[in-house]
Amino acid sequence: MLIGIPKESLAGEKRVAATPDTVAKLRKLGFEIQVQSGAGEDASFKDAAYEAAGAKVVNPKDVWNSDIIFKVNAPNDDEIGYMKEGQTLVSFIRPAQNKDLVDKLNAKKVTVLAMDMVPRISRAQSMDALSSTANISGYRAVIEAAHAFGRFFTGQVTAAGKVPPAKVLVIGAGVAGLAAIGTAHSLGAVVRAFDTREVVADQIRSMGGEFLKLDYKEEGKDSSDGYAKVMSEGYIKAEMDLFAKQCKDVDIIITTAAIPGKKSPLLITKAMVESMKSGSVIVDMAAAGGGNCECTKPGKVATTPNGVTVIGYTDLASRLPAQSSQLYSTNLVNLAKLLCKNKDGKIDINFDDVVIRNMTVARSGEVTFPPPKISVSAAPAAKKAEAPKKIEQHHVSKGFKIGCVVIALLCFLLIGLYAPAKFLPHFTVFVLAVVVGYYVVWNVTHALHTPLMSVTNAISGIIIVGAMEQLVSGSVIVGILAFIGTMIASINIFGGFAVTRRMLGMFRKQGK
Amino acid sequence: MIQATGLTYIAYILAALLFILALAGLSKQETAKMGCYSGIAGMAIALIATFTKLTAAAIGLTIFAMVIGACVGLFVARKVQMTQMPELIACLHSFVGLAAVLVGFNTFFELGVIPDAANGASNAVLMDQAGELGIHLGEIFIGVFIGAVTFTGSIIAYGKLNGTYKLRIFKSAPLVLPANHWINLGALVLCVLLMVWFLHGGVDAPAVPLVIMTIIALAFGVNLVVAIGGADMPVVISMLNSYSGWAAAASGFMLDNDLLIVTGALVGSSGAILSYIMCKAMNRSFISVIAGGFGNKPQQKKDEEMGEYHEMKTAEVAELLKNSSSVIIAPGYGMAVAQAQNAVAQLTEKLQKRGINVRFAIHPVAGRLPGHMNVLLAEAKVPYDIVFEMDEINDDFENTDTVLVIGANDTVNPAAAEDPSSPIAGMPVLEVWKARNVVVFKRSMNPGYAGVQNPLFFKDNAYMCFGDAKKSVEEIDALL
Repeated sequence: MLIGIPKESLAGEKRVAATPDTVAKLRKLGFEIQVQSGAGEDASFKDAAYEAAGAKVVNPKDVWNSDIIFKVNAPNDDEIGYMKEGQTLVSFIRPAQNKDLVDKLNAKKVTVLAMDMVPRISRAQSMDALSSTANISGYRAVIEAAHAFGRFFTGQVTAAGKVPPAKVLVIGAGVAGLAAIGTAHSLGAVVRAFDTREVVADQIRSMGGEFLKLDYKEEGKDSSDGYAKVMSEGYIKAEMDLFAKQCKDVDIIITTAAIPGKKSPLLITKAMVESMKSGSVIVDMAAAGGGNCECTKPGKVATTPNGVTVIGYTDLASRLPAQSSQLYSTNLVNLAKLLCKNKDGKIDINFDDVVIRNMTVARSGEVTFPPPKISVSAAPAAKKAEAPKKIEQHHVSKGFKIGCVVIALLCFLLIGLYAPAKFLPHFTVFVLAVVVGYYVVWNVTHALHTPLMSVTNAISGIIIVGAMEQLVSGSVIVGILAFIGTMIASINIFGGFAVTRRMLGMFRKQGK
Repeated sequence: MIQATGLTYIAYILAALLFILALAGLSKQETAKMGCYSGIAGMAIALIATFTKLTAAAIGLTIFAMVIGACVGLFVARKVQMTQMPELIACLHSFVGLAAVLVGFNTFFELGVIPDAANGASNAVLMDQAGELGIHLGEIFIGVFIGAVTFTGSIIAYGKLNGTYKLRIFKSAPLVLPANHWINLGALVLCVLLMVWFLHGGVDAPAVPLVIMTIIALAFGVNLVVAIGGADMPVVISMLNSYSGWAAAASGFMLDNDLLIVTGALVGSSGAILSYIMCKAMNRSFISVIAGGFGNKPQQKKDEEMGEYHEMKTAEVAELLKNSSSVIIAPGYGMAVAQAQNAVAQLTEKLQKRGINVRFAIHPVAGRLPGHMNVLLAEAKVPYDIVFEMDEINDDFENTDTVLVIGANDTVNPAAAEDPSSPIAGMPVLEVWKARNVVVFKRSMNPGYAGVQNPLFFKDNAYMCFGDAKKSVEEIDALL
């Protein structure tokens, strides 16, 4: 089937849904690719590179004639006009917010897969474009903040005086928040982070942030869809107090609290912004949904009268176009692998697969949104409590041990009572040798077990001594048997030692 | 019987000390070669001391027999491939067992010999007068029993490891007779009864019970090992190693030879410890492995949907490796089967040249012989200080970019840690799935030895690279 990659029409959008690298991967799955001329220009992917990877570079009209369209943003009305029945569209759709769009596409009997509807289950992680985009946005948010911030992030002691490290507060430790924590930490800032889900505390710490704990009990903080949910009033008040206190202290705030399909919660009030130091920066990553900060102007940079810069860009990911395109298009390749299991270039919208079912918002003239609910396997902490039971070890009971000792003592007693005097010295030697063997062998490193075995094999050839002694016996049968015994025992001796030497010769240390 | 003179006695003590030094030396890489040489020295001293006891004719015969044996032994030792070590060792065990049987029968026959024509009494009568006959007969009986079990058990183990014989008993899948445990128990009881009969004979101890017992013991050895699956071979081999030691010790008792007793006891206890270590590595009780208790119950687990596996071509694996900064290789028996160790070593070298930290993770029961993987890697000239044991490296998987699983299956199965109902539950495994990426080299999706499906293959960070391990690794090698 033919996949078309149009140039993004949205103003300011620099991303593209395929790179020369992923074109090659899609071709391996059996697809043909055509790319609109100049589609990758803004993300530094030249037409020639696409051609070299095996794609056809076509004009804007032809690209919409493909069987499948891979896009970043949802198509605008003009673009929907180019589409026709039987086509498949894969892009960000946001079906909950864009009912009209879904209806328009459905009227054209186009099958639509929404990249923002990838369920948050581990199997689908490789297709989760929201996560891969959020990761980039989190990084870029810190870079934007650093750009607007008039000072270093890292603390330094220089000849010209001491520089304190910047203090960064990240609100919301989703993928974007964690990426922001990591980036700010690696620039040298002191990073604090807050999230309503206490389970992410470890993740925050692992990225180098300090988890701000709220002293307030709340039931059922973890939702089953992998996102944080709306909290109670008392909780929100405690939360706001915490933010108000932090605002006076920190230099940079990055907020990431976006709820899909809803208005972003207001976390930083105007009063809080006014309490911040001049020169501070707020990056509001939830600006598209109205923003977490009262002073945010979506898509713009605003400066408050007290000198706080509030960045409300809604296209943070698009500001790293080459990287975003690469990750997003890899998500698409992984989706293509799921849709085309036979690698024959034909896709199958199989509704038995929950991932595909969840993503499909319209199929051949029928709106299939919203999908049936599926629960994320990883999220709720309540389930995790059922840790796998510790597997019992084979445990020897105390009574059994005592029994063994008693039996052993009895055996010794019997031997002492009935064995002839000649036997006892041999027995002494035997018992002592067993103990010596035990202590000597216990320390052998695992790597030498095989050589150890072959050497013990060789020395158990000592039985040759017995066979040799019997050679002098008068009896013919005894002589013959002893001869055979000597022979095979010497195979053991020579073979065992020789093979041990050969093996040991092979072990060598690095650099020798 | 010729009594050891003072000098030979001292020589025997020296030999015994050297054998102890040999085992002690083998505990570390640095001293291992010294250990091997002290073993050789001990053996030489023991042989020379024994020569002094023999007549000229006997010396001639001995040397003749030894030359034949030496030729065979040295030839085999030089020719054997390192992947075939388990078979060779099993084969050598059977020789010790056979020799012990022969020595036992000889000792029995010698009882009838009349040493002093003037006296007219046989050895048996002389011993009876000294009150030693009973225990001597007991020693013969037990020695022959252990020797016979070792002999046939080792032959079956050899056949199973070799895998080229068509006979059912040499197939590596366990063959369990109905009421197997009762048959084994019955055989043991029967042998005890035969021993009573044998000892009761006193001076005229009959050969019949000894012969019957030998036949039973031979069958017993077969049945014991036939019931054990190929995956448990590391335990079986070390167990047979132990038996061969006890057989030698029993011969020592028969012949009044302390050197044999000491050596046999050393080997016996070392083998027992190795078996114990192996069992612990598989989280199984020693008794149940010997009694063939594991892997016999066919796994009636329904073919549960485990999800999808991801395939990865060699070119992509090469790409993945190039972008990794740390790589751990977890080899298993499959690497030995595919003879891939040299290709793996080459890959290691290339990765190291790129500045990638490459290490090996060895599960204690990887392969069919304790330490099998280490020997194979050493043969391929992989430096031993980048080869780590499970306990040393298990915590490092988390911070590793890529793990290559080459021919290992059950030893990297997360079910052992995660699924309490799994037949391998509780067995410590290499936690490869904690790494960022895992590439599994495998011929097909068939389950491993324990017959358990491996959830690892369906994890999101795991990729299957199908095909012959050697070929795949060589292909990747060429791309780096």
